[in-house]
Amino acid sequence: MSFHPQMAYDATFHKSTRVLADAGPAFEFTAENRARLDEILTRYPSERSRSAVLPALYLVQYQQGYITGNAMRVVAEACKVTPADVEDVVTYYTMFFTKPVGKFVLSVCRTLSCAVNGAERVVEEICNHLHVKPGETDASGTFTLIEAECLGACDRAPVIMVNDAWQELQRPEDIPKLLEELRQHGEAALTGCHHVIEKK
Amino acid sequence: MEPIITKYVREPNSFTLDFYLQHGGYESLRKALSSHTPDQIVEMVKASGLRGRGGAGFPTGMKWQFVDKKSDKPRYIACNADESEPGTFKDHVIMERNPHLLIEGCAIACYAIGAKTAYIYIRGEFYHVQLVLERAIAEARAKGYLGKNIFGTGFDCEVHVHRGAGAYEAGEETALLESLEGKRAQPRNKPPFPALVGLYGCPTAVNNVETLANVPLIVQHGPEWFAALGPEKNGGPKLYSISGHVKRPGVYEASMNVTLKELIFGEQYCQGMKPGRTLKAVIPGGSSVPILLPDQLDTEASFDGVMKAGSMLGSAGAIVLDDTTCMVWLATNLLHFYKHESCGKCTPCREGTDWLYKLVHKIEAGQGTMRDIDLLASVAANVGGKTLCAFGDAAVTPILTTIKHFRHEYEAHVREGRCTHVADWRARQPVGAH
Repeated sequence: MSFHPQMAYDATFHKSTRVLADAGPAFEFTAENRARLDEILTRYPSERSRSAVLPALYLVQYQQGYITGNAMRVVAEACKVTPADVEDVVTYYTMFFTKPVGKFVLSVCRTLSCAVNGAERVVEEICNHLHVKPGETDASGTFTLIEAECLGACDRAPVIMVNDAWQELQRPEDIPKLLEELRQHGEAALTGCHHVIEKK
Repeated sequence: MEPIITKYVREPNSFTLDFYLQHGGYESLRKALSSHTPDQIVEMVKASGLRGRGGAGFPTGMKWQFVDKKSDKPRYIACNADESEPGTFKDHVIMERNPHLLIEGCAIACYAIGAKTAYIYIRGEFYHVQLVLERAIAEARAKGYLGKNIFGTGFDCEVHVHRGAGAYEAGEETALLESLEGKRAQPRNKPPFPALVGLYGCPTAVNNVETLANVPLIVQHGPEWFAALGPEKNGGPKLYSISGHVKRPGVYEASMNVTLKELIFGEQYCQGMKPGRTLKAVIPGGSSVPILLPDQLDTEASFDGVMKAGSMLGSAGAIVLDDTTCMVWLATNLLHFYKHESCGKCTPCREGTDWLYKLVHKIEAGQGTMRDIDLLASVAANVGGKTLCAFGDAAVTPILTTIKHFRHEYEAHVREGRCTHVADWRARQPVGAH
């Protein structure tokens, strides 16, 4: 391994922390999810069932909330790959969780367009209200805060993705109300995407 | 120019098949299938001069022509809907409000290259958009615009949506194919290019959403009409996503005759900066391109025009920054993005982005030295051009371009031992490296 000649190179630059995925409780797809996975598998050539790994992992995550070692084995069998192949995929993509998360996952976009419109302050506000740091779940298990990279809604900055739904144009002062409404009404409290004009 | 692609996006139910058919929908597909051979379609797209809207601006017709037609393997269209370049949000509006235009484009593209299947690879964060697309595909299929024997011409075409799971790198065409195959989104060595060895090792054309959405227009109105819409070699309508410190951020459709200045200050576009602020810099094509200064904006917002001004049009996602923006902070913010999104395949990028972030963060926090500024440039030179894909070059651009234009800000940070340009919209506590 070669280092940059002028770079201070200490332990923080190299940390390999290989941890095996937690096996978790026993996992089986529900009949409904099994049927959906079978339908998804028909979209790809029969010998290319590996393509269904990502959709299958989403099904796991919607069913169980996060993805365990046992679930990876089930997905591996369904897609005819090894569990290691599945774990390889799970650990790469940021939208797959290998640990339990809160009921609402708040992904606050922190990239430039949102940041210049106050996303850093929105994150601070959420941290202060929930007493968490980015990446943590609050004590009640309701909210998980994540700092996400560009969500692709830069014209409605700052934007927060709550599970799969969007909350646009958030200011720091909107946060207490947002958290309270989420507690009360769930995702129905969100603004959603401004392109959807039919519901409004 | 009157909007063409986004003409009806503000109208209720513009995403439905009925609405689309009322406005001449799927006539281009009918025309293509009934009165043109696949090669004629490729020739048409070539003659129109349509250039890829994803970032590189490569001529689409050429890309299709390169698809290996002698191979006995199946061929594929992969539509790149992984819109993740910071500052870009144009494909979103097409897919959300005019999905049938994209589906029609996919079908015509399949016909042109002799494919039977198109996969739309959509980023995981666009779940609500995915639902709209899937609904539109089901509608089109039920009415015979997709599926077997379309219009009785014997042409079969299926379009599927494939959801990604949060990886910027999946927007790189070979990484997209890897992800579509159920693997990590990491780029492949090129050549061979996807046109020869793409999805499942088969010939594949990877096209951006906006590119494919332009194809039905070319078939409908002809290549001459399309080419005449903009400056030479930069024809057709173009969607611009403009965000940042402007009064009215959003997606604007214009011909590429429009200048960057008009887009930012024009009445029908962004209407200038927020009250009391002045323009400091513009990143014209998503976060991966060099910065332009206010005096460089009187330039055509075309692929060639922006190139001449010293930057790139890229994905046409312009981020506009005002005088409250600290350029060292900006570089820190973007390097955090690149460090986070580096796929880890090539060592210079995986390690280099981390080093760059740590260095620039150190300077931003007021603990840097003058030597660190040169060290930044030196590390950057060891990343750019030394990776499989363009990510390495993209990641070092924010560093190099801010040092080039705003070296005095870096030096002020070092001299005063603090950020000299703190804006009220930034974090109250210094943001740690988390």
